[in-house]
Amino acid sequence: MSNIAPTVARQALRTYSRRHTSTALGYVSPRFAALQQARRSYVTETKPNNATVNVDTAVRADQKAFLRETGKRPEDATIPTTGLGADAMMNPTAGLLKHATVMDQGARPIYLDMQATTPLDPRVLDAMLPFMTGLYGNPHSRTHAYGWETEKAVENAREHLANLVGADPKEIIFTSGATESNNMSIKGVARFFGRGGKKNHIITSQTEHKCVLDSCRHLQDEGFQVTYLPVQTNGLIDMAQLEAAMRPETCLVSIMSVNNEIGVIQPIEEIGRLCRSKKIFFHTDAAQAVGKIPMDVNKMHIDLMSISGHKIYGPKGVGACYVRRRPRVRLDPIISGGGQERGLRSGTLAPPLAVGIGEAARICKEDMEYDSKRITMLSNRLLDGLLSLEHTTLNGDRERHYPGCVNVSFAYVEGESLLMALKDIALSSGSACTSASLEPSYVLRALGSSDESAHSSIRFGIGRFTTEAEIDYVLKAVRERVTFLRELSPLWEMVQEGIDLNSIEWSQH
Amino acid sequence: MSLTQAGRGDMPYQVRSLYRSLLRQGRQFASYNFREYAKRRTRDAFKEHKNEAEERRIQDLMEKGKQELQMLKRQTVISQFYQFDRLVVEGGKELSQKGNEGGLMREKDTGWD
Repeated sequence: MSNIAPTVARQALRTYSRRHTSTALGYVSPRFAALQQARRSYVTETKPNNATVNVDTAVRADQKAFLRETGKRPEDATIPTTGLGADAMMNPTAGLLKHATVMDQGARPIYLDMQATTPLDPRVLDAMLPFMTGLYGNPHSRTHAYGWETEKAVENAREHLANLVGADPKEIIFTSGATESNNMSIKGVARFFGRGGKKNHIITSQTEHKCVLDSCRHLQDEGFQVTYLPVQTNGLIDMAQLEAAMRPETCLVSIMSVNNEIGVIQPIEEIGRLCRSKKIFFHTDAAQAVGKIPMDVNKMHIDLMSISGHKIYGPKGVGACYVRRRPRVRLDPIISGGGQERGLRSGTLAPPLAVGIGEAARICKEDMEYDSKRITMLSNRLLDGLLSLEHTTLNGDRERHYPGCVNVSFAYVEGESLLMALKDIALSSGSACTSASLEPSYVLRALGSSDESAHSSIRFGIGRFTTEAEIDYVLKAVRERVTFLRELSPLWEMVQEGIDLNSIEWSQH
Repeated sequence: MSLTQAGRGDMPYQVRSLYRSLLRQGRQFASYNFREYAKRRTRDAFKEHKNEAEERRIQDLMEKGKQELQMLKRQTVISQFYQFDRLVVEGGKELSQKGNEGGLMREKDTGWD
């Protein structure tokens, strides 16, 4: 890039200088030529060209001289003390540019953060493209064919999504994402049933996603009472504790199906049955569960469920909410307007996105067995490799665990520095929402892990497009760099010497 | 369907031909993960159904395979329009700026396929 400007300048100079020479112009009037011949010049002709140093030729001459002297090509030789190549020393722009880009060569990191988002499946994109180009009708237009065709596609997508979770297509509401679905469910139910002031209690757990916790916090300001259930050390909630927390005025229980940080699968079926028996609505945030583990809203007695598009290899910016019709769950809609989507979520639907999530759901249902078999195989390979390192532990329950999410603590290694050392692998130490802060994960704190352990944990996400070669690369890289970072750590040295770190009294500064 | 047509070959030939076309088309993905997935998924799908005996079922599956092939043809072209640097696990040459020419080069690796 930087070489373009000099080339352009040089070319301009050359053409400019040519204008004065007779050779460049094919046609010169004889009179003008005679005039030129008659003019004799006694000093060297001044050309703008003469003032410029031709870098390329100069460098080439240098390189030739180097080759003659050392017998090596400059790009193969390194100048001893600098570590730079000989060509970089000779040609500042070209050589240094090469060095600057060598580090970037082929350096797209391996993507291993499937809990944050997943790549868009090409099959999904193929289904979406017609609706981004030719089929642009408003699905709510009932008066012309443009509207009918998109409406048909949207309803088809709704059916695919309903099939995936065992629901009726009429019970699926398209939203902008799982966060909106969570907000809609929690605030909607609470506001609708809390009007009389009788049903003003909500139960949720401490390991929920931020948007659930924040919605509950918001409702607390409106006068609701919220119980944040603690979890056991394996990440599962205690059923006895849940039952004890239920009161006559409880209107909603919200427990996530699969945790986004530790991948623990909560006993949704038991919770659903308990809630049904007490006539309490049960909402579950299934953004990480739908399409990955079998979900059935009727078998699990789920009343409200949040689904996200971009966690199931669909597009970002779309989600869905399952709202049960029999027995009917009534909601106070957050967004009011034209009354689309049963009046629960007004606003024109986005057909490309709706079709995308529908197609993603169809593929997930079709390939669930195949995908989960493969993800389990890769996950076991990764987990066995990681746990063979000393002082590493898996966070969360090993049995009730979604294999695509592996959260491991590496003791005596700072998690953030390990992430920095693993620049060639896209990983995260917790949820994407909180990855900007250096606070230890609140989910791991809720499990009762110490600050050090929470700080040193890393989440690996495996998905449909992860390959064996990537897992092997990651294992090798983690093994090397964990060992390297531990070698640097004085704590690790003490542990190797057999000193119990808890017995040390650190001096105060 | 084309079982009756004598010149076009029999069903096993068509199945093998579709299998080869799917594999060949899948290799055209610019993205490493999609390329590997296309190869793996094609192989596993054909392996899964290798003992199908019912003619109707075979024809349905063939029809599905042909649609997948159409999709692959479209999506590989799109994938090649938007290329990114290679992943660290991939071998071969990469998008590189060598400096002696001064420009970005995207080298097509020959000898791989």
